[in-house]
Amino acid sequence: MGHDHDDHGHQDHHDDQPHDHHHGHDHHDGEPDNHLTPIEARVRALETILTDKGLIDPAAIDAIVDTYQNEVGPRNGAAVVARSWVDPDYAAWLASDATAAIESMGFAGRQGEHMQAVFNTAEVHNLVVCTLCSCYPWSVLGLPPVWYKSPPYRSRAVIEPRAVLSEFGLTLPESTAVRVWDSTAELRYLVIPMRPDGTDGWSEDDAMIGTALATAPGTAGAESMVDAS
Amino acid sequence: MNGPHDVGGMMGFGPIDPEPDEPYFHATWEQRVLGMTLCAGALGHWNLDESRHARENRHPADYYQSSYYEIWQKGLERLLVRHGVVTDDELAAGRSLTPGPESKRILTADRVPITLRRGGPVERPATTQARFAPGDRVATKVLNPHTHTRLPRYARGKVGVVERVHGCHVFPDSNAHGHGENPQWLYNVCFDGRELWGADAEAGLSVSIDAWEPYLDPV
Repeated sequence: MGHDHDDHGHQDHHDDQPHDHHHGHDHHDGEPDNHLTPIEARVRALETILTDKGLIDPAAIDAIVDTYQNEVGPRNGAAVVARSWVDPDYAAWLASDATAAIESMGFAGRQGEHMQAVFNTAEVHNLVVCTLCSCYPWSVLGLPPVWYKSPPYRSRAVIEPRAVLSEFGLTLPESTAVRVWDSTAELRYLVIPMRPDGTDGWSEDDAMIGTALATAPGTAGAESMVDAS
Repeated sequence: MNGPHDVGGMMGFGPIDPEPDEPYFHATWEQRVLGMTLCAGALGHWNLDESRHARENRHPADYYQSSYYEIWQKGLERLLVRHGVVTDDELAAGRSLTPGPESKRILTADRVPITLRRGGPVERPATTQARFAPGDRVATKVLNPHTHTRLPRYARGKVGVVERVHGCHVFPDSNAHGHGENPQWLYNVCFDGRELWGADAEAGLSVSIDAWEPYLDPV
């Protein structure tokens, strides 16, 4: 679903249909802009209606988008993970009261009001899903990626998580149990991956750089991306 | 309701297909839908649970053919019409035809940081004793309400173990329909994979849900 046509934006549209693009700017002043796709027109219409009624402030929308585009993202979660790796007391706090432990690092708010940290071990690998919608810990990981919100992941994560993980490049040994957390309420789960081998003596900053790199999908770090969801 | 959103265990949707270096948004209109949904929610006409139900209560063919933010747009339109904020005629015309309701709760740009930071906590003071404790075996009820519920179909009528008591939380099954927050004890309940999926379940699998007390019976 994430790659269907309507998910693509202006940029793809321009690239695919340069003639339409130019035509769209040839119309006479005052004519409706027929360059918009149906969903673009529908969304713009609703924003116009609500703005005309004085019920929404378009600048507030800009501020919300800016927050989730530029401020709240997976670097927050990476910082939490890194501290838990270098500070056993912090890891213990995270295990007993994740909401407070995470808030102490400055990360709180919408879709992170009630947090629980779950820790990967050699015996148990954790996987987080929301089968019913798209619940995701925004405050530490930002807005969820399309694959997390889409039916393939949501349907399969609870019934064949090993197969799902293998599609992300992670094949677990049979001896490792899989624990899936379906976020059916307002608890938001953050998986704390195992500290990578060979990082003893690394500082919190070193470790954080490592976790940030590991969030890139489609690479050797894909394992940690799923872990962190 | 047994809606199209409740996909846990369904088959046929294909591979996960993550997008490398995925942006947060794939188009400007997606940004506007997210922002409008949060701004309109701040007006206070509905709550999170009603909003979720509005997105989920769709014809399955429409739900599966719509992208994520299209579902948000359609859900938002429905909520605005239901609560008399916007009319169907206005949506068809693409412009405002009547003055909107007065509102003192308009989210302005300067209030965005504090509003997002505050979020919407749903834990409430307990007025009863929790019926279950960690380690208790419980059975989920077999429920098929036409109304909103957060008990997924795959986890109904199953026996699991309480792992954690999360406190008293707003009960979506009530709150989504204007029947009040009706806070209930919330538990993490863990099921063996074979209990959910039978003998062919993946080895070493366990799955947990967060379940409100009214979903559970003692075993």
